[in-house]
Parts: sequence; C-alpha cells; structure tokens
Amino acid sequence: MSAVSPDTPAMLTTADGAPLKVSFDRALRRSRLKALALVLPLFAFLLITFLVPIGDMLLRSVENQLVGNVLHRTVKALDHWDQGSGELPDEEAFAALVADFQEGRENRTIGRVGVRLNYESGGMSSLFRKTGRRAKRITEAPFREAMIKLDKRWGNLDVWRLIKRESDAYTASYYLSAVDMRFIADGSIARQDENRQIYVRLFGRTLWLSLVITVLCLLLGYPISYLMATLPVRTSNLLMIMVLLPFWTSLLVRTTCWIALLQQQGVINDLLVWVGIIGEDNRLAMIHNRTGTIIAMTHILLPFMVLPLYSVMKTIPPSYLRAARSLGANPFTAFVRVYMPNTVAGVGAGSILVFIIAIGYYITPALVGGTSGTLISNFIAHHMQVSLNWGLAAALGALLLAAVLALYVLYDKIVGIDNMKLG
Amino acid sequence: MTAAGGSEAFVRFADVQKSYDGETLVVKSLNLDIERGEFLTMLGPSGSGKTTCLMMLAGFETATFGEIFLDGRPINNVAPHRRDIGMVFQNYALFPHMTVHENLAFPLEVRKLGKAEVEERVARALDMVELAGFGGRRPAQLSGGQQQRVAVARALVFEPKLVLMDEPLGALDKQLREQMQFEIRHIHERLGVTVVYVTHDQSEALTMSNRIAVFNDGVIQQLSTPEGLYERPENAFVAQFIGENNRLVGAVSERHGDTCAVTTVEGEVVKALAVSCGTTGEPTTLSLRPERVTVAPEPGSCPNVFDAVVEELIYLGDHVRSRLRLLGNDEFIVKVPNSGLIRPMRVGETVQVGWSAEDCRALDSPSTAPVFD
Ligand SMILES: Nc1ncnc2c1ncn2[C@@H]1O[C@H](COP(=O)(O)OP(=O)(O)OP(=O)(O)O)[C@@H](O)[C@H]1O
Ligand SMILES: [Mg+2]
Repeated sequence: MSAVSPDTPAMLTTADGAPLKVSFDRALRRSRLKALALVLPLFAFLLITFLVPIGDMLLRSVENQLVGNVLHRTVKALDHWDQGSGELPDEEAFAALVADFQEGRENRTIGRVGVRLNYESGGMSSLFRKTGRRAKRITEAPFREAMIKLDKRWGNLDVWRLIKRESDAYTASYYLSAVDMRFIADGSIARQDENRQIYVRLFGRTLWLSLVITVLCLLLGYPISYLMATLPVRTSNLLMIMVLLPFWTSLLVRTTCWIALLQQQGVINDLLVWVGIIGEDNRLAMIHNRTGTIIAMTHILLPFMVLPLYSVMKTIPPSYLRAARSLGANPFTAFVRVYMPNTVAGVGAGSILVFIIAIGYYITPALVGGTSGTLISNFIAHHMQVSLNWGLAAALGALLLAAVLALYVLYDKIVGIDNMKLG
Repeated sequence: MTAAGGSEAFVRFADVQKSYDGETLVVKSLNLDIERGEFLTMLGPSGSGKTTCLMMLAGFETATFGEIFLDGRPINNVAPHRRDIGMVFQNYALFPHMTVHENLAFPLEVRKLGKAEVEERVARALDMVELAGFGGRRPAQLSGGQQQRVAVARALVFEPKLVLMDEPLGALDKQLREQMQFEIRHIHERLGVTVVYVTHDQSEALTMSNRIAVFNDGVIQQLSTPEGLYERPENAFVAQFIGENNRLVGAVSERHGDTCAVTTVEGEVVKALAVSCGTTGEPTTLSLRPERVTVAPEPGSCPNVFDAVVEELIYLGDHVRSRLRLLGNDEFIVKVPNSGLIRPMRVGETVQVGWSAEDCRALDSPSTAPVFD
C-alpha cells in the first residue's frame, strides 16, 4: 500500500490483490445467479401454465381478426363508405365482396366468418353459407345486382354496417354479450332481448350462491376449528383427519354420494318418509337444483375454511380467554370480545379462499346443479366445448377474473393482505 | 404447617386435592389460610403444583376434593367471572387487538360502569403504573416491562380484593425484575389488596412476601415468614431449596429434648438442634448455613470443632467463599468475612472450623429429600 500516493484514496483489496469492490460484486453476482437458477424452473412453469394462458384468454376476449382477414378486399373498399348516408356501398365494394367470397370459399374460411357474424345477428351464418356456395358463379359486373339477386339481404344496409363494424381488429362485442348487451344495427349499444338475457343473472346467482356457501362454511367450520384448536392433540388430530377426509376422496365419488343421499328416491327422503315427517308424494327435491349445489359445494369447500381458521386459532393462547373471564366477562362476552377479534385473519383468509374457489367451481354444479344450480363457469365450459364461441367464453372468464381481483383488493383494504393466514 | 384455622381467614384451602388424570395427585391435601391484605408467595420447583393451586383459586380448574373459601364463602361452584379476583398471567395475556386503554377499560365495561367512571379509573390505573400517555398504544408496541405494568394495572383496575400473580416477572431481565418487584410490593402496600404470588425464584419470594409457602410434590413443605424460612427450615427440602446450605448426613446417636448428637459416616459426633429428626438410630440430615461457620474459633467457644482441608478459595470482595473438605463432604462451603482480622487461608492447608449446636439443624432423612444444587 506504500505505493499509493496520498491524493488518491487508498483502495481496499482482497488477499489476491483484486479490488475489494470487484470481488464483492462478483461474490454477490454468483449468489444472485444461484438464486435465479433455483426459481427459474418454477417461474418458467408459472409462465407457461398460468400467465401465458391468462394472457391468451384476455386477448381472445377482444380479438377480432377473422372478418378483417377473410374479407380484406371488402373491408378496404368499405373504407370510404359513409354508413350513415343511407346508401348501399358502391359497385367496387360488391366486386371486392365477390372476390373475397370466392377466395374464402376456396380456403374454407368464409363459413367461420358467417359463424362469427351470427353471434352478432341471427341468420348471418346461413347467408354466408348460401352466398359462399353460389358466389363462384358470379363472374362479371354488375356485381351489386347479381349479389342482391343471389340473396336480397345483400341489399340490406344493416348487413353492411355489421361487416364494417366487425372489421376492426378488436371488438368489445364479446364483453357486451357477457353482460347481456349488444350493438344494434346503427352501431349503438342496447340491452339484449328479454329472453336472451342470461349472463347477468347467472353472474348474480354465482356470486349469491358463493356467498351462501361461504357463510355456511364459516358457520360449520368455526366451531369445528375452535374445538380442534382447544382439544388435546390426540382428539384434535382425529377431528382433523375427519375434516381432511373429503380431500382424500375423489371429487366424483363424493358428488355421486350426495346424489345417492339426496335424490328423490334417496336415503334422506326415504328416511323422512319412513319416519313420517313428509308424505310419500311430496318427497323433497334436494338435488339437481340450487339446494344440491349448495350442499355439495359446502361439503367440498369446508376444509378450505377450516384449515386457515384452525391455524390462526392454534396460535391464540388459552390465557386470553382466561384473562377475560378473570376480568369479569361471562363466557359469551369473553368469546365475542376477546377470542373472535383475534380470529379475523383466519376468517378473512378462509372466506376469501372459499369464495374465490366457489365462484369458479365447475364440476359439482354441473353434476348436481340441474338448471337452477348451474353457475357461470358451466356456461364458460359450454361456450368452449359446445358452441365453440371462445371469444365469449374468454370474456366471461375475464369478468370472473376481474371479480376475484376486485375482491382481493377489497380484502386488502379492509383486513390487509399481510394479515391473511392460509395455514 | 398452616395458620390456625380461624374463621377470619380471607382465602382458605380446606383439604384440597387435585388430580388431572384420576391416577396421580398433583395437589395433595392442601390446607392453607391466607389473611386479608397479606402478600403470600407460593414458591417451589417446577411441577410442584403452584399454578394448579392458583388456577383452582381463580376458578379455571376444579378441585377434585375439598373446598376453597373466599371471604368465608365456598367458591367451588362460583364461575371465574363472578369471583372478582384479579389475575396477572405469566405472559401477561394482554389482548393484542385492543389498545392499552381498551385493555384496562375491559373489566370496567363488562361491569357496566358509566363512561366517565371508566375514564377516570383507567387514568388512575395508568398513573399508578406510570404509563400515563401510553393509553393509545397496542400491547405489541410496548416493551416487556411496560406490558407487565399494564397487566398489573389491568388486574387491579376493577379493585378486586384478591390478586393472583403467576410468575409475572418470569419473562423480564434481572434488573427490570428487581425494579418491578419493588413496584409490585409498593402497590400492594398502598392498596392493601391481598396478593397470592407464584414464583420459583427464591430471592424474589424472600424480598416480596409476608409469608411464603414452599411447595414440593403437591405438598406445602413449610409455611413461614421469609426470615423463619431461612433461619429455621423445618425439613431438608426447605433447607436445601432456600438459600445456600451445607448438608451433612448421619444418624442420631443421642437425643436430649431439643438437642441431639449425630454420628456421621466417618464416625465423628456432631451436636445439633433436633428439629425434625427421628429417634435414636434413625438417619438424619444436618443443615448448616455457610455464614454460620467460624474459621479458627476460640478454643471452647464452639461445641463442634473439626479439622478441614481448604480445597478452593473464591475472592468476592466483601467475603471469601471457601470450599472445604470436612467430615467426608468436599462441598462444604464457608463464607469468610473480609474483615482483615482473619489470617488469609491457602489452598491445601488444614484449618479448624466450628459452629454452635443451635445453628446446626438436624432435619429429616436424606432419602425423603430430593437434592437441589
Ligand atoms: N392441564 C393439565 N393436565 C394434566 N396435567 C397437568 C395439567 N396442568 C398441570 N399438570 C401437571 O400437574 C403438575 C403440576 O403442574 P403445575 O402447573 O401446577 O406446576 P407449577 O408448580 O406451576 O410448575 P412451574 O413452576 O413449572 O410453572 C405437573 O406435573 C403437570 O404436569
Ligand atoms: Mg406454573
């Protein structure tokens, strides 16, 4: 160090002479890399199985490339058409339409456009199929007369407005459908017809049933958790096993058991008739309806309530209750004023967990819900598997996701997410 | 062992027994009278049943047999919240979701006191423990000592006649513990409440209490004032448990009223005060306080004089702690005052030590007394 002149600050070095700062950074970098290597697999897994699908879903709920891609000539020709003029598009647009149809027929995409537009307005699918079959015969001008002759709907301004509207790459129409709204012919937004309004009611029902199930789980789970937290270990372990038993049994088996128990010719009805509480001809309908959904889902979700509650209650020293009693509180007051406030974190965590799982639950309502007990997720599944309207399914899913996130934010505001104890 | 069973006793355990499992007795036939305004400490090793007694008094455990009286009333069937007994728990049991003020107001609110009175009493209680201005804090925002004070204030704010404290200072460091001992003692004197205090720290018991009940194995070994306990232990357990003590074992060879002669294993004869030893021929433990042993006594001044070999010397300023080998015991401790009059001892030399017969207490046989070092 004697070589260092007095005006340059002495630089600290390690034993091998490298500057301390450099070695320090190197050591730090190495440990950071190691940490990164450890989280990388999980991160990649999450990215592929969680973030990417959700991003894809969100994209699909607004994506609308199809019409613009297949009818690309038409859309271009419609650029300078004033849809408010009350006039049909010009000859050029009709010519472009014929060309698009011929090309679309060839590579079999035109039918999909019909299906897509049919979501917005009934009859479009058949119009596109019919036109697709016959458009190749139209070879020369005037295209406008020929098309209108082929199907007079081509002379309808609303059809052209629809094509122009849906030619944008992104659309809000799936979201509108998901909340029972739609674009009407002139492009403004209106409520869906009375008999086609289902989703808002379904969202309402989903939220309501989830709330009922959450409250039931809390009412059933709270005393059990309290018992488990206060009993000696051996007994509480037994109780814990009984609570967890549903976890170890196949969901399908459990649901089937509920059907066997609750159906009209099932165990419970038989018992009630046998005891004489109800008559033979008014057996209770407890399954394939809302009641069935509530009962079966409460049973299935109960552990998600019990576990957070138990883990919080376990940490509450018994001396709190004793202290309250010794200070003059009767058992009830002591419980309500001293014990319960200390379980808020568990109640919050359990409730939010059960509620979030319930609003997205699919299999049980599908099996035991009947028509009055199906939830929004059953319709999402329907649109993905049967009607193949993925855009609408994605929009419904995105709304569900938004509801969960809103709930999460609300919880954070009220209880604070740091207080949540999941086990 | 217990105070005379006058009807004026404030708290009274009458033949109380307690078993948790139906097989072993954790408390065996407890008779104890506590007077009004007394500071009584239950002292004993871990597992000796102190907390159990306190819990029975507070109403959280029921006596398996016997009756507990509070102010002349049997309370076995009175619910804990009707007993009007303040309690300080070992870990304070302050309610974490309430502020200090709310914690103190809780016992008053459940008693349906008016708002103004609640405010006034809480303020007074906070003043008493010198925590005025801390009312808005949560227990978690207080230091251990402050939490402890809040717990004491909470147990006193509703003006109970009896306060129970179960090792209330166990979680504090030494210095704070000593300060709090003083403060609790002070509060007790000022308010005149009856305090039943549990600890297994003997110095705490000696400094704070009017009387101490030494527990072992579910039985009160001795109930006495701190001075009586130290000066006049009645059995080997108490002698060993309270303060420092030299033990010599032997058998009674002669007995004349209050005094006796005890023959040690080595065959030497020691004259002692017969306290709880048996008759001639029975084994006994001799108990002798280290500060009652004189080094190089004047000839003829002590009935007991023996040769001892100095094994170890520890200089402690005001006195020298010497470990000697004597009568087959090489853990014999003598405290030699640093008065400058006595010639300093050297390790390895042989000295004469002596003691009076009154200071050497012949107690019960060692087989019944567990060893505590
Ligand atoms: N709830 C209980 N169930 C069963 N046994 C118990 C219970 N509480 C205490 N015991 C037993 O009773 C005996 C006395 O316990 P207690 O708590 O009264 O001791 P202690 O004197 O307070 O000890 P420490 O100084 O360690 O607090 C112990 O052997 C203990 O194991
Ligand atoms: Mg104890």
